[in-house]
Amino acid sequence: MSSVAVIDYGMGNLHSIAKALQHADPRTEVRVVSDIESVLRADRVVFPGVGAIGDCMQALNASGLASAIKTAAQEKPMLGICLGMQALLTDSEESDATMCLNIIPGHVQRFSDNLQDNNGERLKIPHMGWNRVKQQPHPLWQNIEPGSRFYFVHSYYAVPEDESVVSGTSDYPKPFACALAKANIFAVQFHPEKSQSAGLQLLKNFLQWDGTI
Amino acid sequence: MSLAKRIIPCLDVDNGRVVKGVKFVDIRDAGDPVEIARRYDREGADELTFLDITATHHDRDTIVHVVEQVAGEVFIPLTVGGGIRTLDDIRRMLNAGADKVGINSAAVSNPEFVREAASRFGSQCIVVAIDAKKVSEAGQTNRWEIFTHGGRKPTGIDAVEWAKKMTDYGAGEILLTSMNRDGTREGFDLALTRAVSEAVAVPVIASGGVGNLDHLADGIIEGKADAVLAASIFHFAEYTVQQAKEHMAGKGIEVRLS
Repeated sequence: MSSVAVIDYGMGNLHSIAKALQHADPRTEVRVVSDIESVLRADRVVFPGVGAIGDCMQALNASGLASAIKTAAQEKPMLGICLGMQALLTDSEESDATMCLNIIPGHVQRFSDNLQDNNGERLKIPHMGWNRVKQQPHPLWQNIEPGSRFYFVHSYYAVPEDESVVSGTSDYPKPFACALAKANIFAVQFHPEKSQSAGLQLLKNFLQWDGTI
Repeated sequence: MSLAKRIIPCLDVDNGRVVKGVKFVDIRDAGDPVEIARRYDREGADELTFLDITATHHDRDTIVHVVEQVAGEVFIPLTVGGGIRTLDDIRRMLNAGADKVGINSAAVSNPEFVREAASRFGSQCIVVAIDAKKVSEAGQTNRWEIFTHGGRKPTGIDAVEWAKKMTDYGAGEILLTSMNRDGTREGFDLALTRAVSEAVAVPVIASGGVGNLDHLADGIIEGKADAVLAASIFHFAEYTVQQAKEHMAGKGIEVRLS
């Protein structure tokens, strides 16, 4: 039986993601873990997170999980979700400029205030709700209708240096990277565990993915 | 533009059963929350909100069990409100599988609680619920005040100012209920909805008064809400969530249709 470790570093509730993974593939052993050894031992790693990036990086550095994630990122399928995606980049504007893990070179920026859609309607921050995702070919999009909607809630977004790592974009109102793919790493800004059937399919794809493209 | 406007069915839960009150009296039993949540999910609900109206403190555990059960099989965002007064209450709900909590009276009696909650758990999970009642007379400039305790207790606080203050304190979303309209089926208080939505940067959920599908569309188009919440029109199967979305789509509103 293959195993997936959901990294718990004290930033938010992991109940939903663990349950959704188990639902997506009942044969996978889903474990919520907070120790380095368990992260290194698992076949796959899910790196979730909500809240502020400053607290997130502090918790990862203090616990030693930051280096475990860097190691895992070199050798097994990894799925970053929301703050777990942002933390993979080099740095973030949030929390007075925060240094992140630098696994995918790039920056995390805040949406501008006073955004407007094409009809001149004001766009709220956080970007919250179900938005369409334009997919680039990748095994994790398998059996997911192009343009499917996923559930988002965030005020910051990733700007990778190398545009070829962008595996999905959404518009708010301009396109931004909402999925990144680099070798055995896939990372999404939306919450697959809260995105009903499309989200469950993505989690299922991840649990079957061997980390190659 | 591709972010969809959301439809959020609300389940008022009393001691583990879904009920719907008309102006908080005359409560009708509408069924098992887990079963109803499943149905709304199938119909395409964008989120679900549970409002715990259980009167006694020791019966509050029932809502935790309801949330646990629903979270195990329904994979859309879940909000729980009603009786959230401490950081510990929030932690319990999030651990049970809720994604957001609604804070109402506790914010009024101690605004700092909202700040603490947002800094501890993140703004994304803090919804401040505002129960507002119109206090201006016809012909006067519109003014709404916050009422607590199910709309019985006036506070003298201006609703629009309060919404702004709560977002400054870290609320990630505002759930705005018109106490004049709640349970009346006359439609949202659109002037109230618009005043609050235009005053704050965070999403606003319109609530209170939905009686038909046009009301939902009005909340978005006229009220400038980002999401609409309704209870009774869905509970008693007058309309499905799917019908509501198709109706809104027909009015040019972007919705998530499965």
